Amino acid sequence: MDEQRREFIRKTGLGVLAGLGAVSGLFPESSMESAVASTSSGDSASGKTRWGMVIDTRKCRGECTRCIDACHEVHNVPKFDNAKDEIKWIWKSPFENVFPGESKQFVSEETREKSYLALCNHCDNPPCVRACPTQATFKRRWDGIVAMDYHRCIGCRFCMAACPYGARSFNWRDPRPAIKKMDPSYPTRERGVVEKCNFCSERLARNMQPACVEACPEGALTFGDLNDEQSEIRVLLDRNHTLQRKSELGTRPSVFYII
Amino acid sequence: MIEKALKGDRSYWGWIVFLLFIIAAGVYSYARQLDTGLTVTGMGRDVSWGVYIAQFTFLVGVAASAVMVVLPYYLHDYKAFGKIVIVGEFMAVAATIMCILFILADMGRPDRVLNVLLYPTPHSMVFWDVTVLNGYLLLNIISGWAVLGAERKGVPAPKWVKPVIYLSIPWAISIHTVTAFLYAGLPGRHLWLTAVLAPRFLASAFAAGPALLILVTYILKKTTGFDAGKEAVNKLAVIVTYAAVVNFFLIGMEFFTAFYSNIPGHMHSLQYLFFGLHGKGQLVSWMWFSMMIGLGSLVVLLVPKLRKSSTWLIAACLGIVLSIWIDKGVGLILGGFVPSPLEEIVEYFPTLIEISVTLGIWAIGIFLLTILLKVAVAVKTQD
Repeated sequence: MDEQRREFIRKTGLGVLAGLGAVSGLFPESSMESAVASTSSGDSASGKTRWGMVIDTRKCRGECTRCIDACHEVHNVPKFDNAKDEIKWIWKSPFENVFPGESKQFVSEETREKSYLALCNHCDNPPCVRACPTQATFKRRWDGIVAMDYHRCIGCRFCMAACPYGARSFNWRDPRPAIKKMDPSYPTRERGVVEKCNFCSERLARNMQPACVEACPEGALTFGDLNDEQSEIRVLLDRNHTLQRKSELGTRPSVFYII
Repeated sequence: MIEKALKGDRSYWGWIVFLLFIIAAGVYSYARQLDTGLTVTGMGRDVSWGVYIAQFTFLVGVAASAVMVVLPYYLHDYKAFGKIVIVGEFMAVAATIMCILFILADMGRPDRVLNVLLYPTPHSMVFWDVTVLNGYLLLNIISGWAVLGAERKGVPAPKWVKPVIYLSIPWAISIHTVTAFLYAGLPGRHLWLTAVLAPRFLASAFAAGPALLILVTYILKKTTGFDAGKEAVNKLAVIVTYAAVVNFFLIGMEFFTAFYSNIPGHMHSLQYLFFGLHGKGQLVSWMWFSMMIGLGSLVVLLVPKLRKSSTWLIAACLGIVLSIWIDKGVGLILGGFVPSPLEEIVEYFPTLIEISVTLGIWAIGIFLLTILLKVAVAVKTQD
C-alpha cells in the first residue's frame, strides 16, 4: 500500500508537470517567454498595420467635449443619468486618475486642473483578450485593433476586471431607450454585453479618420499607423516625449500622450 | 436509491418546504433580473462583480475541501473517516452546483453560455475553470453514488471507482487553484495580483470547508441520529486548526508585502478594506469582525481541551466559516475593484433582488445536500 501510494504521488506530480509543459508548448501565447519579451521589446513587427493615436494634451481644451460627443453619437452610445449604468467609449478625467502611477508631488497647477482624455488603448498585448473566454473580444491580426463581437459576448465581464484602464462598459440595462439620436450606420447593442471604443474600425474601412480625431477643433488628436515610419504619428512620436498609460504593466498601449 | 429521500418525518418535510419557499422567491427575483437586466443588482461600471462572484469563490473552496476527507480515507486508509467521507463528497456536489448557478446568475447573456465550449479558448482562465468545475462535479457524483450504491447492496464498491476517486484528489486542488488564477493573473488589480492567492484560497478552503462539515455532522446527529464518530470529528477539527493557521499566516504576508514595500497601489485595497480610503470604508467593520472572530476561533481550536468540547468546537467552527466567508465572500472580490483602475472609490451595495437570488441559490444547494444526505444516512443506517 505504502509503495503504491508513493508511486501514485510521484506519477501525479509528473503528470501535472507534463501538463503544464504541454500547455505552454501548444499555446505560445500562454508561455512565460512571450510575456517577458512583450514588456522588454519596444516596437512590434513592421509589415502590418498597427493603428495608434497620439493625444497632444497641450492643445486639448479642458471644457471642450466635441470628440466625446462625436464618438458617442456615431456609435449610438446611450446616456444614462447614474454612474452605475454609465457607458462611455471616450471621456475626460483628471491627471491623477488617467495616470495614477505618475508623479504626484509638486505637480504643476495646469496639470492638476486640466482633464485628460481616456479611451481604450488598443493594447498590443491586451489583457482583456487574454481573459475573454469566448474570443468575443479579440485583437485583429491585420491592424491591431482590439475589437468586440457583440453577438458572441456572454456578459461575464472578465474583460472589465482584466482591463487596467477602465475602458470597458457593460450594458446593465437595455441601451436603446437611452440613445438620443439613433445613427443607423452603426449597430446598437443589446442588454447584457460589454462594449468599448473600436478605434472607429467601421470608419477606417471607408478610409475615414476616427470620429474623435475628425471632431477635434484643435487638431489635438493624431491617428495613424505606428508601424509606418513615414506616418505623421511616428513623426510626432519621434519629436516629442510621450507617455503611455501604465506602461509598466506590459500591455503596450497604442495610445500615446504628449503632456 | 433516490426514493429514500421521499420518506421523512414532519420536520424533514417542513425543512424541504421552507427551502422551496426561498428557492421560489429566488426564481422570481432572477426572472426580474432576466427581464430588466443586471441593473437590478448593485453592480456597476466600476464594481463590476459583486455578491454572486464572491459566493462562487467561497463555494469553490467548500467544494474543494472534500479532499480533506477523501485523501485521508482513500489514500491513507484512515478508517475513522469511513462514515463521513460520503458527507464530504455530497457537500462538494452541492457546492459545485451552487458555483455553477452563481456564475450563470452573474452572466449578462446566460443564453450564450455554451459559447464557452463552442469557442474553446485555452488562454482564458474561465475556460479552465468551467472545465475543472464540471469535471469535479462528475467525479464526485459518480464516485459518491457508486460507493453508496454498493454499500446499500452490501457488496464492495466496483474496482473502477478507485481510480476515479484518486483522480478527484488532485482535481480538488486544481479547482481552487484555477479559481485563484481567475483573479491572480489580472494586471492592475493589486489586491489579487499576488502569488499567494492560490495558496491562500486552498488554506481558507481547507479551514472553512471541514469546519462546515463538522457543523453538518452535528446537524445530522441531532436530526437523524447518524453519528460520524468522535474520532472523525476530532481529526477534522485538527485539520481546520492547521489550515486556519496557514490561512491567517498568509493574510499576514499580504499585509507585510504591501505595507513594508510601501507601494501605494499595493496598499490601497487593503487600506480601503481595513482602514477606509479617502473617507470611504463601508467594509471596515466587516473586515475587522472577520479578523477578530477568525483569530478568536483559532485560539479556541488551538487549545486541545476546548477543541474536544462539542459546544466550543461548534462555536469555533461557526466563527471560522463566518470569518472566511466574509474574507473571501465579501472582502476579496469587492476589494479588488476598489480603488478602480482610475483610482476612484466607488462603493457597492447589493440590492434586495440580488440578495434574494443569492439566498435562492444557497437554498438550492442546501436542498440538494439535504436530499443527498437523506439518501446517504438511510443507506448507512439500513433504514
